Amino acid sequence: MNRRPGFVVYGLLAAFVIGSALPLYWSFVIGSHTKEEANQVPPPLVPGGHFLDNARRVLDTTDFWSAMLNSLIVSSACAASVMFVSTLAGYAFAKLRFRGSNVLMGFVVMTMAVPTQLAIVPLFILMRDYGLLDTLVAVALPTLVTAFGVFFMRQYLVDAVPDELIEAARMDGCTMIRTFWTVAVPAARPAMAILFLFTFMMVWTDYMWPLVALQETETLQIALDRLALTGQGQTTDYALVLAGAGMATVPLLILFALSGRQLVAGIMQGAVKG
Amino acid sequence: MKLSPYLYISPFFILFGLVGLFPLIYTGYLSLHDWERLYYQRGEFIGLENYRFVLTDPVFLKSLVNTFSIFLMSSVPQVIVAVAVAALLDNHLHGRTFWRMSVLLPFVVAPTAAVLIFGSLFADKYGVVNAILDGVGLEPIRWHVERWWSHFAIAGMVNWRWTGYNALIFLAAMQAVPRDLYESAALDGAGRIRQFFSVTLPMIRPTMIFVIVTSTIGGLQIFTEPRLFDDTPQREGGPNHQYMTSTLYIYVKGIEDQFYGRASAAAWVLFLIIIGIALLNFGITRLLTRRHA
Repeated sequence: MNRRPGFVVYGLLAAFVIGSALPLYWSFVIGSHTKEEANQVPPPLVPGGHFLDNARRVLDTTDFWSAMLNSLIVSSACAASVMFVSTLAGYAFAKLRFRGSNVLMGFVVMTMAVPTQLAIVPLFILMRDYGLLDTLVAVALPTLVTAFGVFFMRQYLVDAVPDELIEAARMDGCTMIRTFWTVAVPAARPAMAILFLFTFMMVWTDYMWPLVALQETETLQIALDRLALTGQGQTTDYALVLAGAGMATVPLLILFALSGRQLVAGIMQGAVKG
Repeated sequence: MKLSPYLYISPFFILFGLVGLFPLIYTGYLSLHDWERLYYQRGEFIGLENYRFVLTDPVFLKSLVNTFSIFLMSSVPQVIVAVAVAALLDNHLHGRTFWRMSVLLPFVVAPTAAVLIFGSLFADKYGVVNAILDGVGLEPIRWHVERWWSHFAIAGMVNWRWTGYNALIFLAAMQAVPRDLYESAALDGAGRIRQFFSVTLPMIRPTMIFVIVTSTIGGLQIFTEPRLFDDTPQREGGPNHQYMTSTLYIYVKGIEDQFYGRASAAAWVLFLIIIGIALLNFGITRLLTRRHA
């Protein structure tokens, strides 16, 4: 509502932001104390000096680095695939006229509302029958395309590429595919980056499907799952578990620091047009 | 010329058909068949027997109630707070980008990490929440044991992660509201609060529908939180399934116990419920917000 806000607005926002940050702070507080200190009543409220010890225990109990590498591989592969496939399809839906395009686009929008991830049982059977269980290929397969990606790219490209530009390129004798590469892709680049970022985060944070598809191999979320189990006992070893949770969050915090602006812009863009 | 648009869209449709649509239909097919666990193969066609089993299984029914309870506790406060935060952000703020990024911070914490953190905050014995309750003279709550309180804790972590995200969506919608609408409302003597209810809210109606429908689709499939909140090794949503959700039921029945037919039937029941609720939401939100406008 475009007014100069008073301190009440800043105060309320600050309260909300601090409240949002507290759980992260808590994970660092507990993750930097020994197991005994972490289980005291009342619990410690300021960070201790044992984070590195706990980090070492995390690295001893889980294959943290290889889990992180696996997460990185799968998330990048899915993000690249979604970005590429969605840009192709989004461009066609936004700029090319063809029979059935409205019906097919309607289908894409509808499938965004379909919870396909509920189909874990047949996906599990398929992966097993094709010998893909416990491989990164199995983890990546279901997220190689998303309906949201096509929708997102189409919405962006409708306005981002003027029809005249496509016409001009075609007049100059560009083939369809060259028009795509020289006109559409450069214009689509900001949206492609955002879509990559979103898909990357979605796959990185996914827990259910890797849990189904993997056995020995681990992604970061599965490593956390195992870590939580080893942390259980008479009294849960929260120092170990929260140090691990904190360590697993660091890569995304770095990504957030580098590209938070784009993330914010992406969410707000998707909203106005969605 | 005539062929190439289809070449552009075909990678999506082929891949989506293979890894999205086909498994969903296959789930329906499996749900109508028995499953020979011993021989690891599909048994004979048994009609709706799996559906009969699932719909009379007290554990599944309990999981449905849990799913709805957690969903309501997370979606309703989340939308209200998100709209409020968006209204705060929709001002001429100093450090605009800073505030917007700050409210989004919890979103980059994976649900697995979030539930481990909240599991410790809400720990029954040594948790900080119980320490605070104790400090102000209240009885500590057994968050991992008592059914509705466990839902409260789980809803809390879902809200924590998604409120800021939804606030940004609402903010985008609020900024698209033409400013002269506010000016003419102000001329008519409407105060800020009045303007919010009679201009802002009706104008962001489509976005409300969008957020409510997407949060329904996501909220009814909560899995990570109830599974990892459980600190017993079985991890079936508490010793008495107090917070087992339907998605967790599908996982336990299908992947762990290998009753593929029953799990598939449960998946289709949940699938139909989600689509139904999403449509219902869509209708109700339209109706309610239209009356305001």
